[in-house]
Amino acid sequence: MTHAQFETAPLPVDEVLAGNGTASDYFALLKPRVMALVVFTAFAGLLVAPEPMHPWMGFMTLLAIALGAGASGALNMWFDVDIDALMKRTAARPLPRGAIQPGEALGFGVTLAVASVLTLGLVANYLAAAILAFTIFFYVVVYTMWLKRWTAQNIVIGGAAGALPPVIASTAATGAIDLPALSLFLIIFLWTPPHFWALALLRADDYARAKVPMLPVTAGEGETRRQILFYSVLLVLSSLAPLLLGIAGWIYLIASLALGARFLERAWRTYRHRQGEPARKSAASLFAFSILYLFALFAALVVERLFALSVFPSLIG
Amino acid sequence: MAQDPPIRELTREELAVRRRRSIVLALILAAFVVLFFITTMVRLGGNVAERAL
Repeated sequence: MTHAQFETAPLPVDEVLAGNGTASDYFALLKPRVMALVVFTAFAGLLVAPEPMHPWMGFMTLLAIALGAGASGALNMWFDVDIDALMKRTAARPLPRGAIQPGEALGFGVTLAVASVLTLGLVANYLAAAILAFTIFFYVVVYTMWLKRWTAQNIVIGGAAGALPPVIASTAATGAIDLPALSLFLIIFLWTPPHFWALALLRADDYARAKVPMLPVTAGEGETRRQILFYSVLLVLSSLAPLLLGIAGWIYLIASLALGARFLERAWRTYRHRQGEPARKSAASLFAFSILYLFALFAALVVERLFALSVFPSLIG
Repeated sequence: MAQDPPIRELTREELAVRRRRSIVLALILAAFVVLFFITTMVRLGGNVAERAL
C-alpha cells in the first residue's frame, strides 16, 4: 500500500480482527450482577476481619476483587461460547451474538485478571493476591474448562470460587486466613447448590441440549429436589456460624432465623411439588428467594458490623 | 501460497462504535491513574511531609 492510498482510503481490516463490540458489550462480559454479589460479600469479609483496614485500601481491595470477578466472567464466556449459543438464557451474550470475537474476550479477560492480581498485591499483600489468582484459576480452569462439562457435582465444587471473595478481602486486611471469613465462605459454598439447582430445574432442557451434565439432566429432577433440600438444611445451619464465632449479634440472629425459615420452606415446597406448574413455580420461587436470601443475610451482617465498628455513630455525630 | 484473509472497510457505524469504545477505555485508564495516585499518597501518608530535611 502506498502512502497516498493510506491517506485517501480508510484502512482495510481483516474481518476476524474487526471487533464491533460496544463498551456495554464489554461490560456484559464482566457478568455485572455476579460481580455485584461478589463485591458485597467481599465487603462483608472486610468488615469481619479481626483487624481494620484503611478505608481507601479497603476500597481498592474491593475494586481489585471486582476486576478479578469480571475477568473470571469474561474468560468463562470466552470458553463457553459453544454451549452459551445453545441455551436460551445465554444465547444473547456478546460472544454467541457475535458482538465480540473470542480472541477479544480472551485478551480482555487475561488483561483484567493480571491487573486485578497485581493491584491487590500492591494495595494489600501477596497472600490475598495469591488467593485471588487461585480463585480466578479455579473458576476458569477447574470449574469452566473441566468440572462444568464433566460432572454433576460441577457447581458444588466450583462453588468454592464464588465463596472465596470474603476470604480474599479479610486476608487483604490481616495478611492471614481467619475463621470469621471462613464462616462466610462456608455459607456461600453451601448456598450455591440449592441456588443453581433451582435454576437447573427450570432450564433442564437447555442444559440437556448443550450437554452440560447438571444434576437434573444426569440424576433426574427427583434426586435434584432431594439434594436441594439437603443442602438447604446445611446452609441454614451454617448461617449460624458467625454467631458462634462472635462476629454477629441480635440483628444477624433474627435475620438468619427468619430468612433461614423462609429458605427451608421454599426448599421443602420444591421437594414436595414434583409435577406440572406447581413444580415449576416452587423452583422459580426458590431461585428468586435464594438471591434475596444471600443479599439480606450479608446485609444484616454488614449493618451489624458497621454498628460494632462505630461507623454509624461517627457519621451521625 | 496461503490466500490473503478477506478484508473490508469499516462502516461508519463500526467506526463510531470503535471511537466510543476508545473514549471509554481512555476514561477508564485515566481513572486508574488517579486511583493509583491517591493510593500512593495514602500509602506514603504523612511520611513525605514529616521527613527529615
